[in-house]
Amino acid sequence: MGEQKSQAAGKPGAKRQFRIWRGDETGGDLQDYTVEVNEGEVVLDVIHRLQATDAPDLACRWNCKAGKCGSCSMEINGKPRLSCMTRMSTFEETETVTVTPLRTFPVIRDLVTDVSFNYEKARETPAFAPPADVAPGDYRMQQVDVERSQEFRKCIECFLCQNVCHVIRDHEENKQAFSGPRFFIRAAELDMHPLDAKTDRKEYAQAEQGLGFCNITKCCTEVCPEHIKITDNGIIPMKERVVDRRYDPLVWLGSKIFRRGQVPQTFVTSAQQSGAAHSAAAHGGVHSHAGGSHDPRHEAEAQKGVNWHRQVPHPTAAPVDANGRLPLTELTFDRAAAPSPFGDDVTFPLPPEHLNFAHPSQDEPKH
Amino acid sequence: MTETRIERHHYDVVVIGAGGAGLRAAIEARLAGKKTAIISKSLFGKAHTVMAEGGAAAAMGNVNSRDNWQVHFRDTMRGGKFLNNFRMAELHAKESPQRIWELETYGALFDRTKDGKISQRNFGGHEYPRLAHVGDRTGLELIRTLQQKIVSLQQEDKRDLGDYEARIKIFAETTITELLLDGERVAGAFGYYRESGEFILFEAPAVVLATGGVGRSYKVTSNSWEYTGDGHALALRAGATLINMEFLQFHPTGMVWPVSVKGILVTESVRGDGGVLKNSDGKRFMFDYVPDVFRKQYADNEEEADRWYKDPDNNRRPPELLPRDEVARAINSEVKAGRGTPAGGVYLDIASRLPAEEIRRRLPSMYHQFKELADVDITREPMEVGPTCHYVMGGVEVDPDSGAAFGAVRGLFAAGEVSGGMHGSNRLGGNSLSDLLVFGKRAGGHAASYADQLTSRPKVPVAAVETAVETALAPLQRDTGESPYTLQQDLQAVMGDLVGIIRREGELVDALGRLAELRERVAKVSAAGGRRYNPGWHLALDLRNMLVVSECTAKAALERQESRGGHTREDHPAMDPKWRRVNLVCSLDGDTVRLTHKPLPKMRGELISLFDRAELSKYLTDEELAEFDALAQKES
Repeated sequence: MGEQKSQAAGKPGAKRQFRIWRGDETGGDLQDYTVEVNEGEVVLDVIHRLQATDAPDLACRWNCKAGKCGSCSMEINGKPRLSCMTRMSTFEETETVTVTPLRTFPVIRDLVTDVSFNYEKARETPAFAPPADVAPGDYRMQQVDVERSQEFRKCIECFLCQNVCHVIRDHEENKQAFSGPRFFIRAAELDMHPLDAKTDRKEYAQAEQGLGFCNITKCCTEVCPEHIKITDNGIIPMKERVVDRRYDPLVWLGSKIFRRGQVPQTFVTSAQQSGAAHSAAAHGGVHSHAGGSHDPRHEAEAQKGVNWHRQVPHPTAAPVDANGRLPLTELTFDRAAAPSPFGDDVTFPLPPEHLNFAHPSQDEPKH
Repeated sequence: MTETRIERHHYDVVVIGAGGAGLRAAIEARLAGKKTAIISKSLFGKAHTVMAEGGAAAAMGNVNSRDNWQVHFRDTMRGGKFLNNFRMAELHAKESPQRIWELETYGALFDRTKDGKISQRNFGGHEYPRLAHVGDRTGLELIRTLQQKIVSLQQEDKRDLGDYEARIKIFAETTITELLLDGERVAGAFGYYRESGEFILFEAPAVVLATGGVGRSYKVTSNSWEYTGDGHALALRAGATLINMEFLQFHPTGMVWPVSVKGILVTESVRGDGGVLKNSDGKRFMFDYVPDVFRKQYADNEEEADRWYKDPDNNRRPPELLPRDEVARAINSEVKAGRGTPAGGVYLDIASRLPAEEIRRRLPSMYHQFKELADVDITREPMEVGPTCHYVMGGVEVDPDSGAAFGAVRGLFAAGEVSGGMHGSNRLGGNSLSDLLVFGKRAGGHAASYADQLTSRPKVPVAAVETAVETALAPLQRDTGESPYTLQQDLQAVMGDLVGIIRREGELVDALGRLAELRERVAKVSAAGGRRYNPGWHLALDLRNMLVVSECTAKAALERQESRGGHTREDHPAMDPKWRRVNLVCSLDGDTVRLTHKPLPKMRGELISLFDRAELSKYLTDEELAEFDALAQKES
């Protein structure tokens, strides 16, 4: 949708064309409405007018009508938006505005979808662990240290990032193993919390939340109404540090000696330090082509055989430098050895649950 | 009715409302070991609390070490024009700091001072910087923190009992339409799932009301659709009483332009950080509206007012920071005198007062809100603002210590905006977030111990459930009545035009007549469509709550012949010490709202001694002053 304003937009009483999806889980279709639009109105105002006139039972969620609660998420001309923050003046006067429910979640009725997926994932994400030896009132933190987490706490849980995420948008089968951008930044927020007593947030995100599925297309960042840099400030730093930990020779050695999850505290600390050093180097994100999770249920499922028809997330561009080249020499790259063309967190031989085949036709249009 | 399916649940404590007060109450009830249900009209975490921007007032003394609970108590009583329930104001001032610190142990991240403590900001009516805040999204931080604490309790239960919902469960998008009683004891609550329209019955001996306010009965309001006075009405119908219903806070600075965001608040911290109010002549008019009682604390010239931002100890405060009712009245007078903006407000100017970068840093979500919703850049141009219905001081009359409702009902508790008394005739900004925490915790705790000490569980009477089902289904079964949307608009027009910020006897009488007509029409409302997520039906059921609460407000507003805080009578413009001693109490007699006078509880000696006589003389009757003098003499 163009950002240019049409001069006539919002002339008092101007009639505009709307197409709104009406129906429920058994099916439905787009219905046409002609509705009055006044100057300064947003899409939600128009929906409210429809409720008061032609469609009294048109279902739609909303609360604050000020972009603060994240209730009125829907897809407007195909774009995931908050309807209270979509000004009518951003459309051409003659343009038909099409409003549909969020695609990633099951429809309940009309524009209302079942977003319980998000609440289940929220409940699985380990909560803040208060430091044992600090009494209430004695918490001391510097502003500069809380600001990183505060960025993520701006989240209004509109779930537009979840809705737009390729990993689950048309892949119901990925939902079990993938928490989505909203909960990656929740993990990142706790990871960066100066006093959180839990130290394995990143590892948890990788192992349990399906961080490895993310292929950093940044769609989540693009739709975020709070302008949280979900990918750059949340997901990528966590991916980097999970990877750094794997590349750290001490940690590598540790992981050979101790079982996963039993790596002594000191090793984790050293990994974090090296991570901090690395993150200063500018390079693109790393991502896994494997797209597997370390969830035991999934591993068990994968043991049953390789799913040759499964659609996998698309790879992202290689982590090239400012000149568009891969930093191929060990001297200039920020970690030992050149980046693996198979993705930075893939080890060989591949575990069976990571075997995937993307059928060439998966990218062809279906109609 | 036998074929109607009703889902049944058993809980020890049912909390109606999932905003700050409801969640805090639920946490407390669950920590006391009670099986607790949280009923949320919206999705979990969307409650109106998210809208609170300024902060949570608590005398932690992090920024100015001279602050303490006594000063906070004084400010609260002063703001409420001494009509507050003193005990609630006392508990609130004493316990707020602990409640805020506790949030940090739940994971909250407030803005910090240089030495790493919770930062506190200035706000209208508070003597010292007192509001713990997170930029201008403090309400969101509070609701998210409480939401995440509940998740952490559920994780404990999952670990210990194998089920996330073993001891605390959230019923999202569920509306309660009726409380069920066994004699005078609460026995449960009846309602419906919004999603499916299916009915649900909670059998529980203790119910905490935390449903928030009543603003949706007004044309211009900052409140969300949920604010239909459900808790107020449920309490009335269960035999409880409401007090102070004539006192509504109109936030002085709501957006009046553009239309799409009419009513949305511009946080007071815009003024706390240097924003000034100007009329269409460009005059900074607030200096003309400083009432005598505030002359000592507020500057009478621009130079002194501007110095205050840098040197608050040696200068008086700018008059833009007067309590909200004063600012709202001043704006109203300017607009009525023909010095308003085209959209009927005044200008709030911060653009010419601070560098753009500083504005964006201090007021990030204000900046974005205006930019995105209205395409207005507050760093370049002034905002157009005017009074918007924001908060109801009145509510369920409760025992200050336990939050238990007065009247002919037991097992009913209330906390937050739905309860009355704490804020008197006018609430100070920042006091509502701390109110939620202090009294949410108290109500949840006392509901739990009430449930504990019961020897027999109250039983839900079958007939009451059948009536509740019939009442709920009635609008769907009628097709001859009016649309709920039309009725809501008419109700909003009556309340906005006749029971708004400035009130007159004739208009209030007129309003009561119109409300009586509306009552007939609402009784016959019909909703098109089915039971599945049908907003028209939901509104039809909310209407009767909005109506009865509006009747309480109009009746009490007509009765109180003085102007005080959130109640301004043009025909009785002065504060009258005799009226300060009176609470107006509403109850239901059948279908009719009954109004009675009740004396205000008398402040304890050590509390009243915190004020100086000159100040008290503006509020108290001669008789009360004589008592105060006698007390002072005895002490000296």
